[in-house]
Amino acid sequence: MTTTTLAVLVPLLPFLGAVAGLLLGRTAPGFVRPLAVLPSLAALGLAAVVAVRQGGEQAVDVATELTPTGSVPVELALHIDGFAALVAILVALVATCVQIYSTGYLRDDPRYPSYAALVSLFTSAMLLVVYSGDLMVLLVGWEIMGICSYFLVGHYWETPEARAASIKAFLVTKLGDVPFLIGLFALAADTGSFRITKVLGNVASGGLDHPTLIALLLLAGVAGKSAQFPLHTWLPDAMAGPTPVSALIHAATMVAAGVYFVARLLPVFAASAAALVVLAVMAAVTMAGSALAALAQDDIKRVLAYSTIGQLGYLTGALAVGDRGAAVFHLLTHGAFKALLFLAAGVIIHAAGTNSLAAMSRMKDLRARVPDAYWTTTVALLALAAIPPFSGFFSKEAVLGAAEHAATGHAESVPSAAGWIVLVAGLVTALLTAAYAMRLWLLAFHGHGTEAPDHGKQPVAMNSVLWVLALPSLALGLATGLLPDWFDGRNLTPTLTTAVLGTGVALVGGIVTYGAWQHTTAMAGRVPLGAVAAHPEADGGLVEAEAIASHGPAYGNVASAPDPADPGRLLLGPLHRHAAVGFHLDAVYAALFVRPVQAAATLVRFLDREVVDTYVRGAGALPRWLGAAVRRAQTGNVQTYVSALLAGTVVLVVAALLVATAGA
Amino acid sequence: MTPAAVTVSAARATTTAAETHGFLSPTGVEIAFLLVGLVTFGAAIVTVTTKQLVHAALWLVVALGGLAVEYLLLTAEFIAWVQVLIYVGSVVVLLLFGLMLTRAPIGRSPDADSGNRWAALTVAIAAAGALVWVVVDAFRTTWIDLDGAAAGSTAVTGASLFQSWVLPFEALSVLLLAALVGAIVLSRKAKAKTKAEVEAEAKTKTPATASDTPRRDDVPRSDKEGAR
Amino acid sequence: MHLAYPAVLSALLFCTGLYGVLARRNAILVLMSVELMLNAVNLNLVAFDVWLSKTAQDALHSGQALTLFTIAVAAAEIGIGLAIVLAVHRNRGTADIDRLRDTAETDTDADGADDAGGAGTADADDDSEPARSEPAEKAEATP
Repeated sequence: MTTTTLAVLVPLLPFLGAVAGLLLGRTAPGFVRPLAVLPSLAALGLAAVVAVRQGGEQAVDVATELTPTGSVPVELALHIDGFAALVAILVALVATCVQIYSTGYLRDDPRYPSYAALVSLFTSAMLLVVYSGDLMVLLVGWEIMGICSYFLVGHYWETPEARAASIKAFLVTKLGDVPFLIGLFALAADTGSFRITKVLGNVASGGLDHPTLIALLLLAGVAGKSAQFPLHTWLPDAMAGPTPVSALIHAATMVAAGVYFVARLLPVFAASAAALVVLAVMAAVTMAGSALAALAQDDIKRVLAYSTIGQLGYLTGALAVGDRGAAVFHLLTHGAFKALLFLAAGVIIHAAGTNSLAAMSRMKDLRARVPDAYWTTTVALLALAAIPPFSGFFSKEAVLGAAEHAATGHAESVPSAAGWIVLVAGLVTALLTAAYAMRLWLLAFHGHGTEAPDHGKQPVAMNSVLWVLALPSLALGLATGLLPDWFDGRNLTPTLTTAVLGTGVALVGGIVTYGAWQHTTAMAGRVPLGAVAAHPEADGGLVEAEAIASHGPAYGNVASAPDPADPGRLLLGPLHRHAAVGFHLDAVYAALFVRPVQAAATLVRFLDREVVDTYVRGAGALPRWLGAAVRRAQTGNVQTYVSALLAGTVVLVVAALLVATAGA
Repeated sequence: MTPAAVTVSAARATTTAAETHGFLSPTGVEIAFLLVGLVTFGAAIVTVTTKQLVHAALWLVVALGGLAVEYLLLTAEFIAWVQVLIYVGSVVVLLLFGLMLTRAPIGRSPDADSGNRWAALTVAIAAAGALVWVVVDAFRTTWIDLDGAAAGSTAVTGASLFQSWVLPFEALSVLLLAALVGAIVLSRKAKAKTKAEVEAEAKTKTPATASDTPRRDDVPRSDKEGAR
Repeated sequence: MHLAYPAVLSALLFCTGLYGVLARRNAILVLMSVELMLNAVNLNLVAFDVWLSKTAQDALHSGQALTLFTIAVAAAEIGIGLAIVLAVHRNRGTADIDRLRDTAETDTDADGADDAGGAGTADADDDSEPARSEPAEKAEATP
C-alpha cells in the first residue's frame, strides 16, 4: 500500500470503529471492547509505518477535490511532514492506551459502548486534524473533537458538576471557535486557498495583507481549544469527566491541537510581530497563573488540569519565540507524561476512594496499594518538573533555549521582548511546577494516618498501560538528537545556561515544598478531614463519579479543601485563597458575560410576557368578543334566524338593484 | 335579466299598449281583478294576524279561493280548478286536521304571535317595498292581451303537460309517492317503536334498579322530558 | 289587463306570507303562511305565462306547468310538514316554534346543550327514545 493509502486509513479506522461501536453497542456487547481497542491499535501501527516511510524527508502532499464549492476550493488534502507523522503516533499511542485502560476503568459502566465509540470518534477527528492538509477539513476534525469533548465531559451526566462542566467546555471553546472561523476565512481570502502548503507558500512570498488581524483571530480559537488564558477556565471544570477522557482529550491530544495548529501555520503568525508578542504574553500569564493555581488545588485531577494549562503555556511560549520544533517536542513528551499522570491519577482515585489530596494525605501506605501507579507517577512527575534525565527536561530546556535564543536577539523576525517574556515566565513556572509536582507526590503517597482502604488489585489493563506510557516519559529525551531531522532542523539540545538555571529552580522549588511539607504535615493528624467513597468491588469510573460528586458537599467547593496541613497553603500565603478559585476568573466571567446575558434574558422574557403577549391577548380579545356576540345570537329560535337571513337578502337585493340601475 | 332590461323588451313588445291602456281608465276585467285582489290580500292579512287559529285556516280558504278567481280572470281555468280542488279542498282540510291533532285552542289565544313579530314586520314591509317598487318599475307599461283563445284552458294545459312536460310530470308522481311514504313513516314509526321499547324497558327494569348507573342515567332524562 | 296588477298582488301576498312565517308561533300557522307564499308565486307564474303565451307565442306553457308542479309539491310539503309537526308535538307537547330551542348556544353547559340538541333532532326525525313519556300517551289518546 502506498503511504497515502495508509495515511488515509489512519483516521478512517477509528472512525469506522466508532460507527460500528455505536451500531453494535446494544445488540452485540461482546464486540464493543475489540471494536474500541483494535482500530486504535491498528491506527497506531499504521501511523508508525507512515512515520517510518515519511522519515522526516519531503512532506507527503496529496489532495483531491470532491466537488467545486465556490470561490475558494475545499479539498480533501493530506499534508504529512515530520511534525504530523510524530504527533499522529503520539495521538494513536495515547488513544490506544486510553482505550485499553478504559476497558478496566469503566468495565461496569452501562454507557461504556457509547463512551468507547465517542473516544474512537475523537481519535479519528484528532488524527484528521493532524494529517489534514486543508484548513476546512482540519476545521471539521476540530469541531468533531469539540463535540466529542462535550459528550465525554458530560459522561457522568447524573451529577450537576458534569453537566455544568460539559456545557461550559462547549460554550467557551465555541467562543474561541467563532473568531477562529472568521480568521480562517480571512486567511483564505488573503491567500486564495485553504491548502496549508499554498497558504504557507503565499505567506512566504509576502502575500498576506492583514497578518496581525488574522493571527489574532486564529489565536482566539487556539486559546479556546488549548485552554490558554483567558479562555482556559473550562479545562479545570472538564475534570468532571472520566479520568481516561481527561488523559486523552484534556491532557495529551485535543488541547494540544491548538498548539499544533499554530505550529503548522507558524509562518502566518511569524509574519506579525505583534501577534508573537501577544502569544508570548498569553503564554506567560497562562504558565505562571496556572502553576500558582495548581499549587492550591485539592482535587488531584484539577492539579493536573492546571498543570496541563501551564505546560500548554510552554508550548505557546515556544511558538511565540518562533521555534515550533521545541514546541512539538514538548508536545510529544508532555502528551506522554501527562497522559500517564492522569491515568495513574485514575488508579489512585480508585484505590483511595477519593479525589481529594487532603484526604489522601491522611492515608497511610497508599503507595503500597498501587505500586505501579506510584512508580510511574514518580517518573512522570520528575519529567513534569524537568529533572534530568527524564524526557520533560530535554523538551522544556529546548523551549527555554529557544526563548533565550530569541531574547538575545538571535532569532530573526521574533521580537526579543517575546523571548524575554517567555524565558522569565518559563523559569518562574519551572520553579512552581517542581513545587506543585512535589506537593502532589508528597500528599498523595506520603500521607500519615489511617490505613488506606483496600480496593483490591487494580486491573492489568490499567497498570500495564501505565508502564507503556512510562517508557517515553523516561526515555524520549534520548531522541533529542534525532528529532531535528524530523522537524525544522533546528538544534534541540539544551544549552548550558538554561539547563543549569532550569534544573536549579526546579530543585529549589522541590526542596522548598518538601520543607514546607515537613513543617505542616504534623498538623494533618490534628485536623481530621476526608470523605471516602468506598466501593471495593466497583470499577474506577463509579468511584470517581462519586468522589467528584461528594467533593463539593464534603469540602465546601470542588476545587479546594480547608486543609491547614497543605504545604501549598503555607507557600502561597494570602495568595492561596485566590489561586484556589483560579484567580476569580470565573467570577469575572460571571460578572462580564453570564449576568448581562441573564439580565438580557430576563428583559426578553419580560418583553415577551408583558409586551408581546399583551398584543397577542389584545388580538385575541376582539375575536372573543365577536364570538360572544355571535354566540348570543344563537338563540335556538329558528324564526329569528330566518328573519335575519331574509333581512340580509332584502338588503342584498336592494343593493344589487341600485347598482344595476345605476349602471344602466 | 335586470328589471330595466325586462322593461325595455316588454316595452318593445307592446309599444302600442302603453299608449292605449292607462291605469286611470281600467277595463272591466281589471276592476274585477282589483276587487278580488283586495279581498284576497285582506284575507291573507287576517290569516297571518288573527289570534284565533281556526279562523286563520278559514280565512286562508278565502284567500286561496280569491286566488282561484284571479286565475279565472287570467283565463287559466284549469289552474283555477286545480287550486280549488287541491288547496281549498285538501290542503286546508289537512291543516285543520293538524290544528285539531295538536289540540290548538278554540277561540282567541293571546300568544299566537311570537316575540319576533316586530322584526318580522320590518322584514316583510321592507321586502314588500322592494318587490313592489321593482315590479312596478319593471312592468308599468306591460299589457296582457286577454282576448282571443284562453291561454290556460284545460285543452291547452293538458296538451302542453302531456307533450312537453311528461317526464317531469312522472318524476313528480314519484316525489308524491315518496312524500306519502315519508308522511306515513313519520307518523306511524313512533308507535311501533314505542311498543317495542316499552316491552324492552319492562324487561330490563328489574336489573336496572339494582345498579346505580342506569338509574342515574334515567332520572335526568325524565326530568328533561318534564321540562319540555 | 296590465301585468302590474297580478304582479303587485303577488308581491303583497308573498310578503304577507313572509310576515306569517316569521311572526307566527304555532307551527301549523307557519305552514299556512308558507302556503300563502307558494300561492303568491303561483299567481306570478300564471300571470307571466298568460302574458308570454300571447306576446311571445310561447307554446310550452311552462309557467302553468310549473304552477301545477308547485301545487303538487306544496301538497306533498304540507303532508310531510304536518307529519313532522305532529311528531314534534307528540314528543314535546307543543307545536310552538319558539319553544323548540334545543340548538341554542348556552354559556353554562355547552355539552348539555349539545346533548339536548342531538336528542331533539333524533326525536323529531325518527322519534326514537323517550316515546313512552307523558305527551306520547296523550297524543295516542287524542284520536
